[in-house]
Amino acid sequence: MFETKIYDIPDADIAWCPGCGNFGIINELKTALAQLEIEPQRVVVVSGIGQAAKMPQYVRAHMFNGLHGRSLPAAVAIKMVNPELIVIAESGDGCTYGEGGNHFIHTIRKNPDITNIVHDNQIYGLTKGQASPTTARGQVTTLQFDGVYVDPFNPIAVAVALDASFVARTFSGNFNLTVELIKMAIQHKGYALVDILQPCVTFNKVNTYQWYRENTYLLPDSYDPTDREAAFKIATDTNKLALGVIYKNPNKPIFEEQLAPYKTDKTPVAYRGLER
Amino acid sequence: MDEMHVKPNGEVSIVLSGAAGQGIQAVEHILTRVAKDSGFYVFATKEYMSRVRGGNNSTELRISEKPVYAYVDRIDIIVPLNDNALERLRSRITDKTIILGEPRYVEKENNSIGVRFEEIAESFGNKIYENSVAIGVLSGIIGADEDALVKHISEYFKKKPEEVIKANVNAALKGYEIGKTLGLKFEIKPNEKVKSQILMNGSEAVAKGAIAGGCNFISSYPMSPATTVFTELSRLSSEYGVLVDQAEDEIAAANMAIAAWYAGARGMVSTSGGGFALMTEAISLAGMIETPIVVHLGQRPGPATGLPTRTEQGDLNLVLYAGHGEFPRVVYAPGNLCEAYQLTAKAFNIADKYQIPVFVLTDQYLLDSFYNVDEMPQVQIERYIVKTDENYRRYEVTEDGISPRGIPGYGRGLIRVDSDEHDEYGHITESGEVRVKMVEKRLRKLDKIKEDFVMPKLFGNESYEYLVVCWGSTQQIVKEAIERIGNDKISMLHFSQVYPISPKVKDYFDKAKKVIFVEQNATGQFANLLKLELGVDTSHRILKYSGYVYSVEELAEKISKEVE
Repeated sequence: MFETKIYDIPDADIAWCPGCGNFGIINELKTALAQLEIEPQRVVVVSGIGQAAKMPQYVRAHMFNGLHGRSLPAAVAIKMVNPELIVIAESGDGCTYGEGGNHFIHTIRKNPDITNIVHDNQIYGLTKGQASPTTARGQVTTLQFDGVYVDPFNPIAVAVALDASFVARTFSGNFNLTVELIKMAIQHKGYALVDILQPCVTFNKVNTYQWYRENTYLLPDSYDPTDREAAFKIATDTNKLALGVIYKNPNKPIFEEQLAPYKTDKTPVAYRGLER
Repeated sequence: MDEMHVKPNGEVSIVLSGAAGQGIQAVEHILTRVAKDSGFYVFATKEYMSRVRGGNNSTELRISEKPVYAYVDRIDIIVPLNDNALERLRSRITDKTIILGEPRYVEKENNSIGVRFEEIAESFGNKIYENSVAIGVLSGIIGADEDALVKHISEYFKKKPEEVIKANVNAALKGYEIGKTLGLKFEIKPNEKVKSQILMNGSEAVAKGAIAGGCNFISSYPMSPATTVFTELSRLSSEYGVLVDQAEDEIAAANMAIAAWYAGARGMVSTSGGGFALMTEAISLAGMIETPIVVHLGQRPGPATGLPTRTEQGDLNLVLYAGHGEFPRVVYAPGNLCEAYQLTAKAFNIADKYQIPVFVLTDQYLLDSFYNVDEMPQVQIERYIVKTDENYRRYEVTEDGISPRGIPGYGRGLIRVDSDEHDEYGHITESGEVRVKMVEKRLRKLDKIKEDFVMPKLFGNESYEYLVVCWGSTQQIVKEAIERIGNDKISMLHFSQVYPISPKVKDYFDKAKKVIFVEQNATGQFANLLKLELGVDTSHRILKYSGYVYSVEELAEKISKEVE
């Protein structure tokens, strides 16, 4: 195992609130990378905009911090051009499921070999407390004074419905589980979603650390994630949120592998014509 | 046949008119090739409705013993393919126009020749061979080479069963025989040189130019008239190793192309005004993270959906000002196929060199126009990627503003790009001091960019009194219009780089007694730009915004009025 400090950015001026779930996630990500012994030079962390999207600012690796909602198209393109890189698209629930909702759908359809980590705190942090696509109906926010009056987006159910090749959910407060799931997602060949439930201590007074502990449960070892019907049932059960690998379809073709330049030559397009 | 049918000027203008789905494009495809292989210069352009079936579309083919590169109003022969095919083109039909077609479509017309295409086709087994008969008749009239006719009919139907190919060839040969005996003579002298040339349209020129410039990534969303460039690159993807993605929307397409450059590819998008409007935030991203992107924008009339299949030069302002914030860019607007090829290739080199968005601005007219050209000139692919080390700083402040660009995995450096304002390492910052340095660094590139300015081309006499200024696709129409006027005091200045403008070009304006701008838009966007950039007089403007391209005759008349 590598030391996690190789992924540290010295003197980073971190913009997260004390107690933010993002601190858990950044440690979990660095630990997963260290355990997998992945050099910083092999990883590209791609993000959009938001508090979660600041993640690559604090992780020593390649960084593409692009536009709000657009982490996935950028990640897909980077993987197409250089399949040797480990590409992690990391952003929040607003960025991934709201602004970037169309990309979420179509990236799952494409099935590139990337990892998609979504910090799902069920609220908008950077813009100060408005509802996100995953905020519960009825929750009062800094904008929705009478409570949210639309149903929340269910990313897990959508991903299962689209036959995503790897779908997992975890809670940032569960260190070991999150590290394990991030590792599995990185090692999984194909698109891998890790939806990380994460408290926003400043703007979401409903979904607290305690709330997540009380409202989640770990999937038992006997659970078969390749059973799509069972997965859909788990995904649509929002009374208690299941944690673990909810669905997996390892038999899907990989997007970039089917592209014309890779049919006979596996050299990344990025390196063609360069002296290595 | 009477005298009126004889056109001794070495050229014929043929128009095919019919409904969408009737095979006009097949006739155009085959006949242009037959004519070219017969040693005739060919120019073809189409205008069509935004529908898949029905309506009325037409294609003009100019076949000549001299080079022809522009659209004319004049029709020598019109071939209606259904009973209302003549109505929309009535104003272009004169007493000199021959109307050739099925007797039931033409019998009420003056100056008509009935040929029973259907009946002849049926005699070879099927009514659907009628287009082959028509191609044969027209080939006979222009005195095309019989072998070329057989070759291209066979090639077009090569995936069909042997008997179908044979029937089409025989139908065409029957038509050819009829065409020769109609008594119509267009004395067009063949030219050996033409036979070795290639037929190309604007879309192919842009796509092949992109390949020549090292393009190996395209992400786009289909939109007329720019889809054909996307299609062509997709067709060439295996041969040239191009990564192709039909993105879910234009926003994804543009973000992908930028990220592709970040990762080491040479990416482009092909779109039209509406699609590009969705890409503008990404253009701003390219500006901030100093990552190249090449945008091919095939213009069509807006606003909004506008006239989806027609032509206009209405999006210059859009590309000049697209994207929030201040950052440099370059805009090319090719005036012919050779320029479309060369400038698209150059767009990749310039985008890479300066790490900026570069635009290739075309339009439906240029993209959909065909003619025969020599082999395209050689273009060098210039790559500017550096191998990085541990101490690499993506945004190192340099004298010319260009920070050497590394890519992930090539060397030990980390490539960190950020849409936020950032320091030399790419790290987010709110320092006013760093901000000023970075703004100045990005804008400083503009000075050097001007050194790579593509000078406008002067056509005509150096000692002119009247200077007709145009840009983009109108080049050849304006040129032929001026030649037609035949006044050596009129010259033309054509800009194929429309932004940024070098101050060196002001001399051309100072020499002129009167400057006349010709644009295919309603407000004179390029004239306005030159007024802003150079302070020249732009008060004389010839503008057209019907969605239909200028004809040579129309422009000759309008320019003549300006020089009276």
